[in-house]
Amino acid sequence: MKIVALVKQTFDSEAKIALEGGKINRQGISLIMNPYDEYAVEEALKLKEKHGGEVTVVTVGPDEATEAVRQALAMGADQSILVNPGTEDIDEYTTAKILAKAVSGLEYDLIIGGFRAIDDGSAQVAGRVAEILNLPVVNMVTKLEVDGGKAIATSDIEGGSAVMEVPLPAVITAQKGLNEPRYPSMKGIMQAKKKPLKKIGLSDLGLDASQVAAKVKVLSYSLPPARAAGKIIPGEPAEAAAALAKALREEAKII
Amino acid sequence: MAKGILVFAEQRDGKIKKVTYELLSASKKIANQLGEEVSAVLVGKGVSALANGLGEYGADKVYVIENDALENYTTDAYTNVVADLVKQNEPTAFLLGCSITGRDLAAQVAQRLDTGLLTDCINVAVENGQIVFTRPIYAGKAIITATIPEARPVMATIRPNVLPVDEPQAGKSAEVINVSANVGSIRTTVKDVIRQVSARPELTEADVIVSGGRGMKGPENFKLLEDLADVLGAAVGASRAAVDAGWVPQSIQVGQTGKTVSPNLYLAAGISGAIQHLAGMSSSKIIVAVNKDAEANIFKSADYGVVGDLFEVLPVLTQEIKKLKA
Repeated sequence: MKIVALVKQTFDSEAKIALEGGKINRQGISLIMNPYDEYAVEEALKLKEKHGGEVTVVTVGPDEATEAVRQALAMGADQSILVNPGTEDIDEYTTAKILAKAVSGLEYDLIIGGFRAIDDGSAQVAGRVAEILNLPVVNMVTKLEVDGGKAIATSDIEGGSAVMEVPLPAVITAQKGLNEPRYPSMKGIMQAKKKPLKKIGLSDLGLDASQVAAKVKVLSYSLPPARAAGKIIPGEPAEAAAALAKALREEAKII
Repeated sequence: MAKGILVFAEQRDGKIKKVTYELLSASKKIANQLGEEVSAVLVGKGVSALANGLGEYGADKVYVIENDALENYTTDAYTNVVADLVKQNEPTAFLLGCSITGRDLAAQVAQRLDTGLLTDCINVAVENGQIVFTRPIYAGKAIITATIPEARPVMATIRPNVLPVDEPQAGKSAEVINVSANVGSIRTTVKDVIRQVSARPELTEADVIVSGGRGMKGPENFKLLEDLADVLGAAVGASRAAVDAGWVPQSIQVGQTGKTVSPNLYLAAGISGAIQHLAGMSSSKIIVAVNKDAEANIFKSADYGVVGDLFEVLPVLTQEIKKLKA
């Protein structure tokens, strides 16, 4: 079984965000593999262990995103492709067009990615890739089984979950709960250094910048207004609880 | 020639979701500024009775697409019929709620129409003739304003429970247009649907949320929060610590790897206030924290704090609110 895992490098979830010259300051931020993509890589590896085959990791990003790719290789992925778009001015359309083009040159039975990235949180790249490649997509999957040319996926829906059957090849996006991603072993880290890591640019895919130009234009970045600390209600627990109920009723007028 | 604001009228089980009214109210405002009209598209099986009510909330036209195959949401069928409608009508903008369904559908339609999509927006306005959206990034740690200058339609999903709903105009009807649509081939088969049966509001639409964290000490103690939720008509949420401990399902997690919520009142019990939790709830209007650790980070963001044992505070709070509401 041939599986393609789509990954993205993001800021660490504990990172504090600051602005520099009207943009997000990237200096000193520790970078990680998007946690939802870790679930995707883990699921790809579990499927490979069960059914045999290989896992190819594909990412779009600057050269420093090599770190995230290396992590996936150290976890057990077989090979990887990093496409550097050569510009920071990209959006989900750009990324999806590049990923789809890169993936279309590979053999695959399944494409799996995180359902969203924790940085821009837009949850649309994998769906766009499915649309471009004319593949069915099941998003927010918490359980996945593959059997005889089809996948059975349990996914989050409004107010519950649904069990969906979908023919392969298909695109699946991982939701938290799908699995517990493994940590790379020391042996895995050593082996990863020898695994293929192909770094390419747009022209290597036969794309030019105008074909993938961003549709979205960001006008401004800002930080949210800090919430001011409010009041601590004094007293013994019972007394404070009663005062709190009263304050919510009479002062905040919210209950 | 692109014209009009089109809204995806999301319904479930024969009921229009509140975010649809929020979208219509916001669309009315931007449409007035652009001198355009507001339309809605309503998709499903046996949903046409819902069309007229949308007029009261600001829709000038409602396109109704009914088909047995549209009873349950499937990405393929909904994408096919909605993308076709958008292609035929060429609206300036197409807006959806940032629900699970809206997010899924929006990505597919945007790509099929080769356009841009801004997801999970918290505001929309007209500036210099362009529709400008505000959206949080890094789970709310930063905010951007952005636009889609050339591609049409401009597409966005709007976070539920953030934009206000204008008072409906009783008796105002919309022109209802039945559209026969080609559902196309549906590649996914829905084998089973498991609904979480709950009398409580959905987390992302709730006006009041009571959440528990590590300080709840075990799954059995969430009963205290449920009792409080019952008197407040609230939804129950949880922090990552409580979910990772296996006490409560992941579906109620609030935070960077869970749901983003903005209720009128958010009560955090036994939650320390890690940055990833704050990211999911700091746009709540009033935040209340109950924690026995006076140094807990959550107090820095709370409008009201009680430093004390939640096992003593919560039962009394439930009783006191019950009395006030009686």
